[in-house]
Amino acid sequence: MTVIDLVSYEDALASFDPVMGLEVHVELGTATKMFCGCSTALGAEPNSQTCPVCLGLPGALPVVNATGVESAVRIGLALHCEIARWCRFARKNYFYPDMPKNFQTSQYDEPIAFNGYLDVQLEDGEVFRVEIERAHMEEDTGKSTHVGGATGRIHGASHSLLDYNRAGIPLIEIVTKPIVGAGERAPEVARAYVAELRELIRSLGVSEARMEMGQMRCDVNLSLRPHGREKFGTRSETKNVNSLRSVERAVRFEVRRHAGVLSSGGTIVQETRHFHEEDGSTTSGRVKEEAEDYRYFPEPDLVPVAPDPAWVEELRVSLPEPPRVRRNRLREEWGLTAHEMQSVLNAGALDPIVATIEAGADQAAARKWWLGELARRANEQGVDLIALPITPEQVARVAELVSEGTLNDKLARQVIEGVLAGEGGPDEVVAGRGLAIVSDDGALGTAVDEAIAANPAIADKVRGGKVAAAGALVGAVMKATRGQADAARAREMILERLGVQG
Amino acid sequence: MTDTTTGIPSPDPTRMTAAAIADGIAAGEFTAVEVAEAHLARIDAVDEKVHAFLHVDRAGALAAARAVDERRAAGEPLGALAGVPLALKDIFTTEGVPTTVGSKILEGWIPPYDATLTKRLRDAGVVVLGKTNMDEFAMGSSTENSAYGPTGNPWDLTRIPGGSGGGSAAALASWQAPLAIGTDTGGSIRQPAAVTGTVGVKPTYGAVSRYGMVAFSSSLDQGGPCARTVLDAALLHEVIAGHDPLDSTSIDAPVPPVVEAARNGSVEGLRIGVVTEFRGDGYQAGVMRRFDESVELLADLGAEIVELSCPSFTKALAAYYLIAPSECSSNLARFDGLRYGLRVGDDGTRSAEQVTALTREAGFGPEVKRRVMLGTYALSSGYYDAYYGSAQKVRTLISRDFERAFGQVDVIVSPTTPTTAFPIGERADDPMAMYLADLCTIPSNLAGNSAMSLPCGLAPEDGLPVGLQIIAPAMADDRLYRVGAAVEAAFGARWGHPILEEAPAL
Repeated sequence: MTVIDLVSYEDALASFDPVMGLEVHVELGTATKMFCGCSTALGAEPNSQTCPVCLGLPGALPVVNATGVESAVRIGLALHCEIARWCRFARKNYFYPDMPKNFQTSQYDEPIAFNGYLDVQLEDGEVFRVEIERAHMEEDTGKSTHVGGATGRIHGASHSLLDYNRAGIPLIEIVTKPIVGAGERAPEVARAYVAELRELIRSLGVSEARMEMGQMRCDVNLSLRPHGREKFGTRSETKNVNSLRSVERAVRFEVRRHAGVLSSGGTIVQETRHFHEEDGSTTSGRVKEEAEDYRYFPEPDLVPVAPDPAWVEELRVSLPEPPRVRRNRLREEWGLTAHEMQSVLNAGALDPIVATIEAGADQAAARKWWLGELARRANEQGVDLIALPITPEQVARVAELVSEGTLNDKLARQVIEGVLAGEGGPDEVVAGRGLAIVSDDGALGTAVDEAIAANPAIADKVRGGKVAAAGALVGAVMKATRGQADAARAREMILERLGVQG
Repeated sequence: MTDTTTGIPSPDPTRMTAAAIADGIAAGEFTAVEVAEAHLARIDAVDEKVHAFLHVDRAGALAAARAVDERRAAGEPLGALAGVPLALKDIFTTEGVPTTVGSKILEGWIPPYDATLTKRLRDAGVVVLGKTNMDEFAMGSSTENSAYGPTGNPWDLTRIPGGSGGGSAAALASWQAPLAIGTDTGGSIRQPAAVTGTVGVKPTYGAVSRYGMVAFSSSLDQGGPCARTVLDAALLHEVIAGHDPLDSTSIDAPVPPVVEAARNGSVEGLRIGVVTEFRGDGYQAGVMRRFDESVELLADLGAEIVELSCPSFTKALAAYYLIAPSECSSNLARFDGLRYGLRVGDDGTRSAEQVTALTREAGFGPEVKRRVMLGTYALSSGYYDAYYGSAQKVRTLISRDFERAFGQVDVIVSPTTPTTAFPIGERADDPMAMYLADLCTIPSNLAGNSAMSLPCGLAPEDGLPVGLQIIAPAMADDRLYRVGAAVEAAFGARWGHPILEEAPAL
């Protein structure tokens, strides 16, 4: 292990400008693979979602997934790219066991989308424009599991297991132009870019883009150049940086490492580097002494893709509102502070709240339930908010039951608990658990009478004009009815029975 | 009408055309099972000498024949080739039946799926007798590059049957099957047809699905029919051609009316081109003599003969030997010993990379290695433009030459191959001499148009068959059959019998 000399981030920035390049792979959420009809569902038995095409059996031929092309065009349009009038797939040739054909069907010098940009907003509201070089279509590889080694890496493994379920899943690779001028905010910009891209992809409905599931993967290229110099320095390529936090940390670490090397008179080697989640460091992977020769050539088994300009225009006009614009609009509509909006975003609650409002709830109630009770439960279970087994419509119904007085907040939480436990929708849980507020005078009257009888001293105080003491009697009623009483009505009845004006 | 001592119908179905066999079965003169048995018996009798087949699927053939007989008994309609036996080049996958592509690297592999062509044959009730020998991965012009030993030419077993589809052509010429399937990347259907006195057609690129056809050079490969008569080839063409959604390069248009054309042979009023570049050094005198006679015959039959020049054709061979190896270097990368076929050196001490290297070293023959290396080199950065790029430009020029030519003529004719069948071993150590066998056939592969070879006589100096090539524009495959049928009828009348009758008994 070589010792890595890191200089402090501040010292690094005092001497150098960081230049970044981000390559993001997004697995499209198409039902079938890019070149065959196999399912793309995650979590199936290894090699159960394969066929002659995605296994690369002799004789098998690819057929392009039209939805994959449409998704690629929509991503390109959303990134303000030009869309190729005519482009081809290309074979990227290299041997690797997780690639059944020993070439990856990709695109080379004719990407489907090119020359675009994505505006990203930093937390303080500053907008930074990230230029997009290209977005191209390709297929994912299978997955190797190296068995017997200490780290799960191939080194030291006794054997490897191959799962080709992922082989052939459509990928869009989105490559930025060199990102310059971010200065000390480079790590933030990198993170914000990946976050914004993820939102964009989700808003298009082309992928869930869940980084923890490998549906979105990021490679971080970084180099430093002394202030005032035009020429870029030698870059490192940190592979598989697979969370927003990791993107930020990887950039920060590489800035410090590069600065350490350069400041002590050393030179940066062009190499790939591995990122380590546990401490945010990177270590040397493969040294790229010369560019790998992938012997790209146009894929002869596929015909060129020539999107009809009229169709591209249709897709362009039907694009959803860009996530950044939408966020800012909703923040204003809802009258939230930037900080409040940030909490909504951090909780991943924006879309559920919008959907809940669309289902009839008011904004405050929708926000209250998603950021309160539901966020707490998601947190407890360690799952995303949207992964909870409750729909926005159900949340809206809970809010409606509260506003019409059928439930109070305490009961509503029990209803939510019931829905999450699979007891059915809110109304079914209310009925099943008997949770509706007791407000009919008969049942409530009995509880009130009992409370007065059981607490004569307090009742006397109330009769004597200490109206505030009625609270204790209301509490007794609530206790007796296990919280289901309409507290306001109970108070009215107590005062009525004791002959006092409320 | 069955000989009671041999159980073989009389007349002998192995001597009949596919059309006659299908008619006989449909008319109840004999059964599909009897026909299959007769052919299997013929294979048993002669294939030890010829070695046309790598695998005979006796059980599968009989089952397919029985199914046809049952369908007939049930009064169901039968296809035009129902019950007709066929020899399938071992390059098409066949579910449950070995497919080797003539290579050790696929020895023992049993495909889990049928090629589209295989499926079409089965659906049509064609009886697949077995898989035929070929140059490894279809790379060759003699079938000597098969990892499983050479095939003999039924006209002279010491000579090559052409290649890569030598097994299919030899099966036809030795009466082991009335129909066969070949694939043509640079001439692998037409050149074997020429040197065995049979008929072979390379349809327009994209006419016959490549799904399940083990790839050699994707942009050139094309499956097609092989037969002993033009009509039989047309009947088979109609069965195997047509759009296939599983092959993106498959043409989504109606198949040209090839059967109708084959039944109505005529060259009356046609303009027929003769290309000056298709003659000169390296063309055997007897081949040119038969070719020139064929041109005279066409003129006699009412065609107008037009001399043409296609200057780019002289560069076709060079372009082909960059494009085909480039594509094959990538197509053959999947044979790495990890998932199917041969695996060498997996003793628990070696890495996957080492096992792959050992497997490819042991599994590929020298010609395959030569082309993989050539293609790897041609695609390498720094060389791509000079080699692969230039070859693609030549390809465009050749297409333009054809376009210009077909502006003036309806079809072009040429010798199929410059010489008759050469002795086994003669060119084995001289790849350049071997490559010249495809001089006249390669331009059509590069341009993607359609072409046929059919017999035009025997060369006077060696008594071996000479092939006449007819070339038509893309999607005008029917012209091949119209002209071919006219030529076949005229020569048939002149000779008094089919040319194969002159081949020596085995």
